[in-house]
Amino acid sequence: MGLLDKEFSDGNIVIARVDDLMNWARLSSIWQLGFGLACCAIEMMATSASHYDFDRFGVIPRNTPRQADAIIISGTVTLKMATRIKRLYEQMPDPKYIISMGSCANCGGPYWEHGYHVLKGIDRVIPVDVYVPGCPPRPEALLEGLLKLQEKIRNESLRKKIS
Amino acid sequence: MALKTETMVLNMGPQHPSTHGVLRLELEIEGELILSVKPHIGYLHRCFEKHAEAMTYPQVIPYTDRLDYLAAMGNNFGYVVAVEKLLGIQIPERVEYIRIIMAELQRIASHLVAIATNGADIGALTPFLYLFRDREYILSLFEMTCGARMLYNYMWIGGVSHDIHPDFVRKTKEFIIHFRPTIVELNNLLTFNKIFIERTANIGILPIDTAINFGASGPVLRGSGLQFDVRKEDPYSIYNRFDFEIPTGKGLVGTVGDCWDRYYVRVLEMEQSLRIIEQAIDNIPGGDVHSAIPKRIKPPKGTVYSRVENPRGELGYFIISDGNLNPFRVKVRAPSFVNLELMGELCKGHLVADVIAILGSLDIVLGEIDR
Amino acid sequence: MKNPEEIFELLKNEFKDIIIGLEKESPTEPIVAIDPMQINKVGLFLRDNDILKFDSLMVLSGVDDANGTKVKDDDGAEMISGGTLSVYYHLHSTNLKHKITLKTTTPRENPQVESVYNIWRTSDWHEREAYDMFGIIFVNHPDLRRILMPYDWEAGYPLRKDYKNPEFYKGMKVPY
Repeated sequence: MGLLDKEFSDGNIVIARVDDLMNWARLSSIWQLGFGLACCAIEMMATSASHYDFDRFGVIPRNTPRQADAIIISGTVTLKMATRIKRLYEQMPDPKYIISMGSCANCGGPYWEHGYHVLKGIDRVIPVDVYVPGCPPRPEALLEGLLKLQEKIRNESLRKKIS
Repeated sequence: MALKTETMVLNMGPQHPSTHGVLRLELEIEGELILSVKPHIGYLHRCFEKHAEAMTYPQVIPYTDRLDYLAAMGNNFGYVVAVEKLLGIQIPERVEYIRIIMAELQRIASHLVAIATNGADIGALTPFLYLFRDREYILSLFEMTCGARMLYNYMWIGGVSHDIHPDFVRKTKEFIIHFRPTIVELNNLLTFNKIFIERTANIGILPIDTAINFGASGPVLRGSGLQFDVRKEDPYSIYNRFDFEIPTGKGLVGTVGDCWDRYYVRVLEMEQSLRIIEQAIDNIPGGDVHSAIPKRIKPPKGTVYSRVENPRGELGYFIISDGNLNPFRVKVRAPSFVNLELMGELCKGHLVADVIAILGSLDIVLGEIDR
Repeated sequence: MKNPEEIFELLKNEFKDIIIGLEKESPTEPIVAIDPMQINKVGLFLRDNDILKFDSLMVLSGVDDANGTKVKDDDGAEMISGGTLSVYYHLHSTNLKHKITLKTTTPRENPQVESVYNIWRTSDWHEREAYDMFGIIFVNHPDLRRILMPYDWEAGYPLRKDYKNPEFYKGMKVPY
């Protein structure tokens, strides 16, 4: 964390760019919507449990989309469920981030060929920021996906967002 | 003149923190009292039966993993036993012992998740963390054997995919020694906890006749007092060589057949699984695990229905073969599909908060309900 | 405990021509074939008789027999016309420990089977699923509607052998 290990000669005044400060605050506490669909949800639960802790990165599960920053789509998305996911996505306030976890959410997974009720990838309905491959991805892979999302947030800029 | 009242329809929608997946419950309530509960399913329908008709017999096995993703070894076991019945082949002894050890370890892992989420829904968050830590031991045993933590594709028709690691026996014995005190810790923390008993005793009482008529199976049926276990009724593989008991609900802290009984049956079943593993782990015979795997699997024309005891109940596979390389029809009788029909019966007259306790005690997995 | 041949003899004596026959071609178990619109009477007898006592229905499955004639459609796909759809029932007794398999066959163009909802409540959702996947209408079922597919799915019955996928559903592209 670049801001906090600098030496402060002055005592208690910190000078930083607004972009850096806002991004640092946002990436250190990504509150996710607890949204588990299928088998990947169990690996997500295992990531939040004590062995591969999610909480040390500041990620807490929230129950309602109105209080969440990110949503981790873990599991197969079916046509029946896709309309509900769109509605949940629209209920989340900005800035919001989507992590697509698992092969089924990326591209339809093992059900791509004969699945008449499976949506082949969640990016047909909502825009995705990070794709985590695997069937199911190991908890370490999900943690790497989270770190990539933090990278992406670190390079954001208020100016570009507004324009 | 009487006051005009109306009932309210409350929707516990597909996205909900405690519905164990994507299940939609439509509750008709009057104040806090429940008048009726209608479950709506199908939000995870992944067309397993259509895929099974398009793949060859060995290619269906990874798809069966993903049905009940918490007990993947049990799903594999059921499918493989059904196809071997159609083919009529003999399995080597080593393979039978390994399959039973894996199935019982999977039963313990699945019950750990069931108990942890049951407690977490009611509000007890500590057992969730403790039990998931213990589940990681079992997952590392599986990972040592076949490389995957959750969805294994391990049991093949006629054998298993990999032989066990040289360290497997030693590590399993260490796990057994480590796990027995954990059950004692769980009992102290959750089972005889006064708040847990207040939330689950005398809630959702299921009489035996209703249970049999609705087709319930597994801990849901055994919690009502009937000693029915497919491993003893219709023995498959070599379960008839092992000595274990079938725990049933006795109404220790409430009525027979309430939520606490169904929960306690799962705790006792974990101990019985440890007994089976202890009896099997020292006596694994030698041999080759790949010797009985046929080169081309083309069963003769016919039908078979065979069932196994999954952690959630009786899992049945009905396979029709027409002599080709692909099955003609595979129908899966999922235990949670049949157990979920009980929701309408069990919730009548209870409060909204009890719906969560009853759903947790039924222990459903949406992957196998929707297939 | 009785074996399937003895149960077939008992049923034949009681119901005469509703029972069509005993099929023994499979390697594992014989199947009793029954007329589709009379299965309720047979089911009540199987459940309430003291010698048989079949109190639990293990599974009820629909099957597309695909034994009709194959006809080419306008866009080259194969449709099946004629032929039959079947329903298989697997019953089991918890006291007397015996099992039996029943089967009914109904024509593909107008498939109708009597419901066993009032005998075994397990059949409630199983019959709804057979309707959803194959289009078999269960007469006297109190609430026959789709269960796994969306309620407004109009593209047909998915598990039939000649099912075709729609291109779009509510704006989402269905094929890969």
